[in-house]
Amino acid sequence: MSALITCSHVDFGYENQDAVIDLTMDVEEGEYLCVVGANGSGKSTLVKGLLGLLKPTGGSLVVSEELKKTGIGYLPQQTVAQKDFPATVWEVVLSGALGRSGNRPFYGKMEKETAIAAMEKLGICQLRQRCYRELSGGQQQRVLIARALCAARKMLILDEPVTGLDPSAIQDFYSLIRRLNREGVTIFMVTHDVANVAGQADRILHLQQKILFLGPPEEYKKTPEGRRFLGGESI
Amino acid sequence: MKLILEMLSYPFLLRAFAGGILISLCAALLGVSLVLKRYSMIGDGLSHVSFGALSVAMAAGWAPLGVSVPVVVAAAFFLLRITENSRVKSDAAIAMISAGALAVGIVVTSLTTGMTTDVSSYMFGSILAMSPSDVKLAAALSAVVLFLFVFCYNKMFAVTFDENFARAAGVRVSFYKILTAVLTAVTIVVGMRMMGAMLISSLIIFPALTSMGLFKSFRAVVLSSGAVSMVAFCVGMVVSYRFSIPAGASVVLVNIGAFGAFRVLEKIRTVWGKRREE
Repeated sequence: MSALITCSHVDFGYENQDAVIDLTMDVEEGEYLCVVGANGSGKSTLVKGLLGLLKPTGGSLVVSEELKKTGIGYLPQQTVAQKDFPATVWEVVLSGALGRSGNRPFYGKMEKETAIAAMEKLGICQLRQRCYRELSGGQQQRVLIARALCAARKMLILDEPVTGLDPSAIQDFYSLIRRLNREGVTIFMVTHDVANVAGQADRILHLQQKILFLGPPEEYKKTPEGRRFLGGESI
Repeated sequence: MKLILEMLSYPFLLRAFAGGILISLCAALLGVSLVLKRYSMIGDGLSHVSFGALSVAMAAGWAPLGVSVPVVVAAAFFLLRITENSRVKSDAAIAMISAGALAVGIVVTSLTTGMTTDVSSYMFGSILAMSPSDVKLAAALSAVVLFLFVFCYNKMFAVTFDENFARAAGVRVSFYKILTAVLTAVTIVVGMRMMGAMLISSLIIFPALTSMGLFKSFRAVVLSSGAVSMVAFCVGMVVSYRFSIPAGASVVLVNIGAFGAFRVLEKIRTVWGKRREE
């Protein structure tokens, strides 16, 4: 296994305030990493930093050559405006190929094939001509993952993906993510749903501006933060 | 038919048709993006700012377009800023700015010329307002808007649907947002004197809303909005000529009619779809 992203003593922040301080970690190829933490603990800032939307204010962030070529698939938090957006599933998935098409004004055959492959992988081919707003929350999430896979096959960054899903859709979603991870997709997921991910992630990163904990879930459960976040059981 | 030929024999009506159709097209295309991004009120705010700027320009004897285009473009920048900044409640801010601009316009006019017909025509539109230079500006504007929606269509879709994803995919999101705001500002300034400051924002909002319910793909919504807007404008002009009513109001009423008709079609489709399933 090699590191896809290596951070050493990285700070991320806005104008005069650092939201993430002294972060030293790496994202290994093929791993399933979950980031947890309270609101305002710098999770979203870290995501922006990894996506390259925010320059580190200190330290060094190295993205492996391999990842630079394939890019990172991103699943942002859903916005209110998307809920009733008139667009077909096909249009949404295909828009994931935007990064590949560069400055060409239209999508070519290659982008379309990538989109079809991504839809097959997620089992949403039959939804192709359906309207995005008519889908259930779980189906919408699948469409957005297909879009992210269309952008990049190696690594997915998911930002609070289960917010607003009903419990059975959440379970479906996690088994889907596990499947993608087994197929070799590196998963970097920000979530509030610690109880559910503790069972399946390889590593957990607890962020509170600085790293409070980074390691396997079994050890996380033993730490005070872990107990507090997982709730109940050992108190 | 005879009525239409009669209308086209007047040069000022011909100009109104040409300019109006182009403005309707621009407003409708930009409107799809604005309405879906929940920026509908920007159009309304900008039209009032435009009224204020025109009144001041008129009172001072400056060129109306030369003053109002830069002022409204600046206002568009400002309104986008506050909608992006979540600390300020954008709907309240827009309401405040539009009322403020309107008040400035009214005070300046009443202090100088008084409420003349010119002011009333800015408020409610005048069919005589389209000068040859306005038509040229409208043509240039629609060339830019069409270029944007044909050659940057994929990027426009991505920015409208999901800004964060588009940004991560390397699209210069703020560039496209600013471009949309600037084009909207120019559309409003040019269209306002014909449609009226009170009514121009309907050209932006109605076609998109009309098409959104019925069509399921973004492409169809964009095409339908453009078509609905141009047809509604032409029908509105003919109605306005036939019954001697202000053009702006008549275009808005036709747009409302189209909105209703599309809702009926939508209803029919749902019922028909259910019956087919059974």
